[in-house]
Amino acid sequence: MKSFKEIISKSKNKIPGIAAAPGIVIGKSYLFTKEKIEISKAPITDIEEAIKNFNEAIAQSKKELHKIFQIAKEKMDETRAAIFEAHLMILDDPVLLNTIIERIKKEKVQPEFIVADEISKYQELMIISNESYMKERAQDIEDIKNRIIRNLQKKRLHSKIENEVIVVSESLTPADTLLFSKHSALGFVTDHGGLTSHAAIISRSLNIPAVVGTHNATQIIKDGSIIIVDGFHGYVFYEPTEEQIRFYSEKQKRLYELQKGLEEYKEKDAITSDGKKISVEANVDVSGEIDIVISSGANGIGLYRSEQLLDELGEFPNEEEQTTIYSKLASRMYPLICTIRAFDIGGDKFRFQDYKEPNPFLGLRGIRFLLENEALFRTQIRAILRASKHKNIRFMLPMISTLDEIWKSKKIIEECKKELRKEKIEFDNKIKIGIMIEVPSAAVMAKELASEVDFFSIGTNDLIQYLMAVDRGNDLVADLYQEFSPVVVRTIHHIVEGAREFNTPVSLCGEMAADTLAIPLLVGLGLDSLSMSPATILYAKRIINSFSYKKAKAMAEECLTFKTQQEIEERIKKFFEENKIIRTRNII
Amino acid sequence: MMIEKKVKIINKAGLHTRPAATIVKMASKYKCDFFINRDGMSINGKSIIGVMTLAAEMGSELTLVFDGEDEQQAAEEIVSYFERGFDEL
Repeated sequence: MKSFKEIISKSKNKIPGIAAAPGIVIGKSYLFTKEKIEISKAPITDIEEAIKNFNEAIAQSKKELHKIFQIAKEKMDETRAAIFEAHLMILDDPVLLNTIIERIKKEKVQPEFIVADEISKYQELMIISNESYMKERAQDIEDIKNRIIRNLQKKRLHSKIENEVIVVSESLTPADTLLFSKHSALGFVTDHGGLTSHAAIISRSLNIPAVVGTHNATQIIKDGSIIIVDGFHGYVFYEPTEEQIRFYSEKQKRLYELQKGLEEYKEKDAITSDGKKISVEANVDVSGEIDIVISSGANGIGLYRSEQLLDELGEFPNEEEQTTIYSKLASRMYPLICTIRAFDIGGDKFRFQDYKEPNPFLGLRGIRFLLENEALFRTQIRAILRASKHKNIRFMLPMISTLDEIWKSKKIIEECKKELRKEKIEFDNKIKIGIMIEVPSAAVMAKELASEVDFFSIGTNDLIQYLMAVDRGNDLVADLYQEFSPVVVRTIHHIVEGAREFNTPVSLCGEMAADTLAIPLLVGLGLDSLSMSPATILYAKRIINSFSYKKAKAMAEECLTFKTQQEIEERIKKFFEENKIIRTRNII
Repeated sequence: MMIEKKVKIINKAGLHTRPAATIVKMASKYKCDFFINRDGMSINGKSIIGVMTLAAEMGSELTLVFDGEDEQQAAEEIVSYFERGFDEL
């Protein structure tokens, strides 16, 4: 049998990319071209179906707008809120709706075309007026038009997707990724995006192999052709040769056996050879993943990204809906701990935001957004408290950069508790409140912050970006994003030292935890738990069980003296050799 | 029967979104047809998107047409709303 190197070096039909989610898959491709509000005028045969879709798209748009209107009423002056009310009324406008339905019946083309055409007529009338506010009004209508069309296209897309294909696309939104996973997608290939793009994170957590950042896969791969995705090395093969298919089928078999060999770690804990237990937990994006988490052997949920609910549902769930979702999560995981992170979003998620932030990553994000939108924050806190009665929920605040944010949040949480007590609703009075450490200012003040909270979770993705002032998604500077930079290693060390003063446990939930190479270093730096995508948990447990904490600590201390990322990486690789730890990607 | 009434926009902000929404809500309560005519254009007054296309600033004149069984009551309520300057005076 040929080696991987031989296969790679002589193949001309490979497309290199970034290995975003491990695994190998051979299957039929599905070229998913985003019709960027490209409106189809295709004829239709089933008019009844088209009208049904149209009515459902209107209902969904109403639901979305209604939520926004609710928030808008709290946040905005009456005039702006009135605009939203008018938008809602447009969705009930009998003249408009009847005209559209009559035209669908008569012209027999895609409803989206008629919606666009009909609403554009009104916009033109507004634009020809000389008043500047009328031009703005036309712009407002644009938003509602696009909303209806988007919802119509979603419906159309649903009916088009085949099951069990490898999705090839320019880029994928979290919603797309979820949609395809529901159609049992075998793999994902995208032109754009990096390791931390949502599509990458979600495919990892759903255990679907993915290669991202290929630049031009969509131009090379033909729709419906057989391709191979190597999610370990980041390669896609188009028009694969028989030899390549044989090679990768063999690898798939070995992978399967290897995974069977990992099964024993499902029941085992991650304990170093000298007896230090590391809690290995799961990062969870979507509610559907709970089964995967339970079967992954996780010691709990270290990060539940609640903002993903917005992508799943397309809107903010209300208190009742959230309580149901979190309660279900907690009872499925019981007695294991679930760490729910408050909505980690920026102001750009909302259309009603008048002010477009020039620099959203340094703007109204995470806790800043929540404190600014207190009603929304309270709704989530109440729902989390209500779901906490079995005492296995922890609550985590994102993007903390000052002590003041912790004080303010704690005050609000206390007020919510008081309300619930008054309403005689049961909850965990001692619910643990923790924070994400992902902003350099929080890392610097680790000791002071540790005295105020019950736990820390280091979010390496953002922490590294902010420490190095580098956007990982920007190809021009992505080289500066270095997980093993001395800056990162020393910062993690500083955080752990600060936390130790108050016995505050420290977890790490960034992508770094899933990097097998990083695990001995992180354990050696004194982290108590690692949280990662469910697919990598067994691998991590296996690695942790194959070295001693004492040696890892000595290695980490050595790394703290190094000046370059290269020295640190070399030292870790040596550690793997010294302890005869096999890395999965080397087997494959 | 049919009622035709000439009205003048007298509030400063003109027929902006809030009064447009209010007019449509008022008109929707009645069975009669309701049209707003201006410069040869006739807009269905029960259609918010239609009313929103009217750029009626202060001083402009519109003709309101009511036609149907409860036209009298509809005309009274809506004409009075125009005459009150959309309660913005």
